[in-house]
Amino acid sequence: MNRLTQGVILLLFGGAILRASFTDLYLRYVKEGLRPFLIATGVLLVAAAVMTIWYSWRFPAEHDDDGHGHSEHGPGVGWLLILPVLGLLLVAPPALGSYAANQAGSVAAAPVGDSDYPPLPEGSTVELSLIDYASRALFDEGKSLTGRDLKLTGFITTAPDGAPMLARMVLSCCAADGRPIKLGLTGRAPIDVPADTWVQVTGVYTGQRGKDPVNNVDVAFLEVKSWQEVPQPKQPYA
Amino acid sequence: MSSTPSTDLDPEGIDWSAPAQPPEGPPEKKPERKIGSLEILAGLLVLLVVFRGPLSELVSGPALQTWTTVFVSVLVQAAPFLAFGVALSAVIAVYVPRSFWAKALPSHPALAVPTASLAGVVLPGCECGSVPIAGSLIRRGVTPAAALAFLLAAPAINPIVLTATVIAFPGRPEMAVARGVASLVVAVLIGWLWLRLGKTEWIRLPHRPELDDLSQARAFWAACRHDVLHAGGFLVIGAAAAATINVVVPEAWLTGLAANEVLAILALAVLAVLLSICSEADAFVAASLSQFSLTSRLVFLVVGPMVDLKLISMQTGVFGRRFASRFAPATFVVAVLVATLFGAVLL
Repeated sequence: MNRLTQGVILLLFGGAILRASFTDLYLRYVKEGLRPFLIATGVLLVAAAVMTIWYSWRFPAEHDDDGHGHSEHGPGVGWLLILPVLGLLLVAPPALGSYAANQAGSVAAAPVGDSDYPPLPEGSTVELSLIDYASRALFDEGKSLTGRDLKLTGFITTAPDGAPMLARMVLSCCAADGRPIKLGLTGRAPIDVPADTWVQVTGVYTGQRGKDPVNNVDVAFLEVKSWQEVPQPKQPYA
Repeated sequence: MSSTPSTDLDPEGIDWSAPAQPPEGPPEKKPERKIGSLEILAGLLVLLVVFRGPLSELVSGPALQTWTTVFVSVLVQAAPFLAFGVALSAVIAVYVPRSFWAKALPSHPALAVPTASLAGVVLPGCECGSVPIAGSLIRRGVTPAAALAFLLAAPAINPIVLTATVIAFPGRPEMAVARGVASLVVAVLIGWLWLRLGKTEWIRLPHRPELDDLSQARAFWAACRHDVLHAGGFLVIGAAAAATINVVVPEAWLTGLAANEVLAILALAVLAVLLSICSEADAFVAASLSQFSLTSRLVFLVVGPMVDLKLISMQTGVFGRRFASRFAPATFVVAVLVATLFGAVLL
C-alpha cells in the first residue's frame, strides 16, 4: 500500500465517522455523549489523510514503500479499515432489535437506593421508560404506579412461548454491550404486529410477574389498554 | 539516515529492524507500475458501490444484521480512543525527548514497573489506545517491563473506568476498590515477571525510519497515519471476533455455569476474553450478569481490560506474534489468580 492509498483510506474512514456523527446514524451504535469525540476523531483522521496526501505529493520519492518493510503483519492490515467504511457508508446496519433482545437476558432493574420512588408527574397519562416501570413494579410493588394510565414505547419481541413482549435495548457504552429490558404484556388488546415493530402502549400496572427464560430474572408485566404503531424513535436505546 | 539501529538507544537489544527491510537500500528508482494499490482501491470502491444493493441484501438476515451492528458499533465506540491513543503515542514518539523518560521513571527497572503502573491512573482511556502508546514508550527507551505494566494498568485503573464501576454496582463501592487494587497488582506482577523471564527478542517493533529523519511535523503525521492503519486494522479483526462471539454464544449457556463457583470464575474469565468489551463499559455488563458471584464478576472486570481478542490482535500487530503468544496467556493466568484472591478477601 503506498502513501497515497493510505491517505485515501484514512480519508474514507474519517469521512465515514464524520458523516455518521453529523446525521443521527451514530445513535444506532453508541450513546449520544460520544458525539463530540467522534467529531474530533473524524477531524483528526481527515487531517492525517490530508497531510499524508499532501506530503506524498510534495515529497514523492521518500519512504514510499513504508509499510512493505514490515513483517506480514504490516499495514497491509490497514486494508481492513475498508470494512467499517463499508459498514457505515453503504450498509448502515439498523439498531439492535428483537433478535438481540431474545439472545440476552433481561436487565435486572436495580432498586433506586433506599429511598422511596418519587411520585409520577401529574397528568392523565404519564410517559415512562421501560426501565423505570420495571424498577417501580418489581421493587416497589407498583405502589407509585397504581391507578395511573401509563404510556411506554418500545419494540415488540416474541417470548419463547410465542407471547409478544415489549422490549427496549439498554446501552451502557455501545451496542456491543446492549442488553434488553423486557416487559410481559397482558390485557385485552392483543398486539399482533411482527417482531421489531415499534409501538406505543397505553396501559396500567398489574401485579403479574414472569421470569426471563434466558437468565431467570424477574420480568414485570403491563396490562395493555390500547396501543398504536409508532416510527422508531431518534434515540432507539434506553 | 540513522536507520541502522544504534545500540545505545535499545539497551535491551530489541529487534528494531524486524524482518525484510534492508537497513540502507540503495535509492533505486522503482519502475512505473501500471496497477498500484491506489488503482486496486479505486476498483474495489467502484465494485462496492455498484454491488451495494446485493451486498445489503446479503446482510439482511437477523443474525448477520446483529453481527454487522455490533461490529460497526465496536469500531465506532473504539475510534475516539484509538485516535486519542495514536495521537498521544505520536507525540511521545516525536516530541517527548528520550531524556524525559530517564528522568521521569526510576532507573532501576524493578522500581520503574510500579511507577509506570500508577502512571496509568492519569490516562483516561480504554485498552485500544494503550497498545500504541506502550509501543511508543518502548521505542523511546522505556524499559519494556515498565511499558508493559503501563499497558495493563492504564485501561483498568483510570478514574473514568473506576467511576463507571462504582455506578454499575450501587451500594458496593468495594467492587471498584477491589478492581483497582487487583488490576494494579496484576500489572506490577506481570512487569516483574517480564524482568525475570521475559526475553526482549520476543518483541519485534517494526522498523520506523520515518520517525528518525523527517521534520517533526512530518514525523508526527507519518506516525499517526501508520498507527491508525496498523492498530486500526487489527482492531477491525478484534471487532469482528467480538461480534461473532456476541451473536453465536447465547447467554442461556452461561446460566448453567453460574452455580459452581470454580466454573463460574473460569466461565467469566473466558467470556471477558471473548467479548472484548471496552473497559469503560464492562462494569455494566458485569453488573447485569447477576446470577454470577461477585468474585467471578471481579475476575471478569480484571481480565477484560488486560486480555481480550481485540487486544491480542493489536498486540500481535504492534509487538509481534512471539510476544503476544506468551504475554497474553501469562497475563490471563495471573489476572485470574489475583482477582480470585482479592475477591475472596475483599468481597
